[in-house]
Amino acid sequence: MPSMTLTVNGVAVEVETGTTVAVAAILAGQPCRLSVGGAPRGPLCGMGICFECRMTINGKAHCRSCQILCEPGMDVRTDD
Amino acid sequence: MTRVACHKFDVLVVGAGPAGMAAAACSGQCGVRVGLVDDNFSPGGQIWRSESAGRPAPEAAGWLERLRAARVEPLCGVRVFDAPDPGVLLAETADDLCELQYDKLILATGARERFLPFPGWTLPNVMGAGGFQALVKNGLPIRGKRVVVAGTGPLLLAVASHLRKHGAELAMVSEQASWGSLARFGVALTAQPAKMVQALQLKRDLAGVRFATGSWPVAAEGNNVLERVTISRRGQSETVACHYLACGFHLVPNTELASLVGCQIESAFVRVDDFQRTSVPEVFCAGEPTGIGGVELALVEGQIAGLVSGGRIAEARNLFAQRKKLRHFAAALDDAFQLRPELRDLPSAETTVCRCEDVPYSRLQAHPTWRAAKLQTRCGMGPCQGRVCGPATQFLFDWTPDSVRPPIFPARVESLAALASSPEPEQPAVTGGH
Amino acid sequence: MSAAAYDVAIVGAGIVGAACAQECARRGMRVILVDRDAIGVGATAAGMGHIVVMDDSEAQFALTCYSRRLWQELRSELPDDVEYEQCGTIWVAADDEEMAEVGRKQHYYAARNVATEVLDAQVLNTLEPNLRSGMKGGLLVSEDGVLYPPCAARFCAQRAQELGAKFRLGDSVQLIGQGQVVLSDGSEIRAEFVVNAAGASAPALTPGLDIKKRKGHLVITDRYPGFVRHQLVELGYLKSAHSVSSDSVAFNVQPRRTGQVLIGSSRQYGAEHREVDHGILARMLKRAQAYMPGLARMSTVRTWTGFRAATPDKLPVIGPSTFDKSVWLATGHEGLGITTSLGTARLLVDQMTGMQPEIPIEPYLPSRVGKEHVHA
Repeated sequence: MPSMTLTVNGVAVEVETGTTVAVAAILAGQPCRLSVGGAPRGPLCGMGICFECRMTINGKAHCRSCQILCEPGMDVRTDD
Repeated sequence: MTRVACHKFDVLVVGAGPAGMAAAACSGQCGVRVGLVDDNFSPGGQIWRSESAGRPAPEAAGWLERLRAARVEPLCGVRVFDAPDPGVLLAETADDLCELQYDKLILATGARERFLPFPGWTLPNVMGAGGFQALVKNGLPIRGKRVVVAGTGPLLLAVASHLRKHGAELAMVSEQASWGSLARFGVALTAQPAKMVQALQLKRDLAGVRFATGSWPVAAEGNNVLERVTISRRGQSETVACHYLACGFHLVPNTELASLVGCQIESAFVRVDDFQRTSVPEVFCAGEPTGIGGVELALVEGQIAGLVSGGRIAEARNLFAQRKKLRHFAAALDDAFQLRPELRDLPSAETTVCRCEDVPYSRLQAHPTWRAAKLQTRCGMGPCQGRVCGPATQFLFDWTPDSVRPPIFPARVESLAALASSPEPEQPAVTGGH
Repeated sequence: MSAAAYDVAIVGAGIVGAACAQECARRGMRVILVDRDAIGVGATAAGMGHIVVMDDSEAQFALTCYSRRLWQELRSELPDDVEYEQCGTIWVAADDEEMAEVGRKQHYYAARNVATEVLDAQVLNTLEPNLRSGMKGGLLVSEDGVLYPPCAARFCAQRAQELGAKFRLGDSVQLIGQGQVVLSDGSEIRAEFVVNAAGASAPALTPGLDIKKRKGHLVITDRYPGFVRHQLVELGYLKSAHSVSSDSVAFNVQPRRTGQVLIGSSRQYGAEHREVDHGILARMLKRAQAYMPGLARMSTVRTWTGFRAATPDKLPVIGPSTFDKSVWLATGHEGLGITTSLGTARLLVDQMTGMQPEIPIEPYLPSRVGKEHVHA
């Protein structure tokens, strides 16, 4: 399968085409977001309704990463 | 600046899962101009989520072909957030706004998992059962990973089977329903040969996997990420080391758009007549929002709605008998997977119940209603708009949810502002505070 | 015929009613707080929660200034979930005419010992970089603040309860008068004084009370910490010579402690239903975007509406009813309910107990009504 590289919190991750950003975050061992109280959070519902997978993608905050496909060179960061 | 795309359809179908695809295909085959929108990046909904980009799930292929034949193109990545007037829906794409005009509307918005809080459920790598499967289908490697599947509902077995096929080590499947409930459900299955076949197939797929009934997760633990799960089984606790916990407690219908449009909701489901018509003229509903009944029922209801919207009443009637039979199955489903009261005791005082706003169980207990709790603690005021904590608190405290207001999904300011046509006129005095 | 069980029965457990209950209880009165719903779920829950001094009239200034000071005195006792923040208000001037108004306001407040600071365009831009370029400046009122109203109302009510006040929540009030509150289940509460603090519903209980509903819309965004630091309000309303429209919007945003941005404001007359009016919501947001372009791409999480209680002269009614010795009024606060709740409570209870109020009471008396007023 073709693959690509993107960065999650500055760390390079290689993923196959068709991988969502939420998965890339898990592969990078990074939380998607920090809760109000500062706890690490990852995806829960996998379908875009829980908002736990929110990440900042290419500078845009609060993106639902489980519904966004990875693109080469994406800059993905833990949402605060 | 937002670009506003305007689409006009004779029939608009919201949701491209099985019900939506069936509705759109049947409606399209009647010769009317059909629109099919979905917020995911490809059609299929949850149950027919494609496993790799570009290649649809095999079950969906047939319906996608019928859609193509009917010249219906699914519009993906389109999320409906408002219904400002009859005949109009507003939706967002990643960057733009969509105005969707319709003469007839078919709501096929599906269902989502019910999540119940328990200590540690907010740890990364604790996910829904369907949620975890979605991530696996979207590229999460699980070969050699240890997974516990827990909660309730037929989804658990379907997920477990899928995971096993992809090389995951299934530590355990923990189903809260009792063995008796499941046995009764098994009996109900015998009336549905296709489902029996599926069930037997699942049994084969899962041979050797530990399957516990009357069992539920008591705690998830780990240092910033899941490391182990404690499962209660027949009064005993057992701690299982694992990489992932896939845990969901059956399904709740996505009725928010139906509510917003004004459809009558009865016992949490959208009320429909024999022709899948809701209480709002020209608005139909098919699939899980009318009652959790699985794929086959969703397909039949979708077809009926599609045919009726296209004027093919007689053909629609031909499907009534099949629908009736499948509704028996839905009733059996509902009965088998009722939540047991012990699940109300799972959260501890500190367990987070509202994940968006970090509201713990102890802060919620004191309040008499959802609304009071919401205003005092902010539970339900986060971006999930109560989709996660709402069903949980309904079960825990018997609260009834609020009425639905737009936007039914978070939407950009500019999208909500788009309805303002002309530049602001001069303002009269605004005084006396704000 | 039983003796009055209470000294005061307060109908309406919004911020004003709760503040009154607290004040009455503080002064040793036996209080019962009555509401058809829970505490602070009406207009109190819908409002922006700002604490501001205003200068539309001398009386408005006196009351807002007095009450703002009371909030400041209370702040150290407020629990965390009340989220009191003294973020200050900046009145934003978009052109020279508005800048002149800034100057006028500054003089007005300076003469009355209220600290303000004139900001030129550069300083304004430093303080609030997300305002669009081209603003002329503004007036910073640094001691203004914001809080979260439902919890503030609960705090006041709980304080009252700790001092012996009782609650009767969940039943509608059918009528009040002659020392009685009659509830929908037929039961009666007897009190020497009955306070109508029922906000937009006050006229239902006190017929003839000239209070009209003025509907407002609000929107709250997801978290964007640091996007806006002060409450921002436009001075642009001055522009219009002709007030042809009965519906109006104005730019008004507020930072919440959560980092969410609260966006208002709108006013509509004659709108009776609670539903979100898409047209006016859109106008309000468009105006907000015009002042802060960065809002456009921000995610909104919720919208809601509320009904302000508006009087013809834009001042609340605080004092004894003119036709029933037992009935007192504490209502008609329009958009200043949160700000003036504490002051209202003091003025009301001062009158009830024959104490000298700290500010002149005449402009707020119910008996003032009947003079010629233009309903704006």
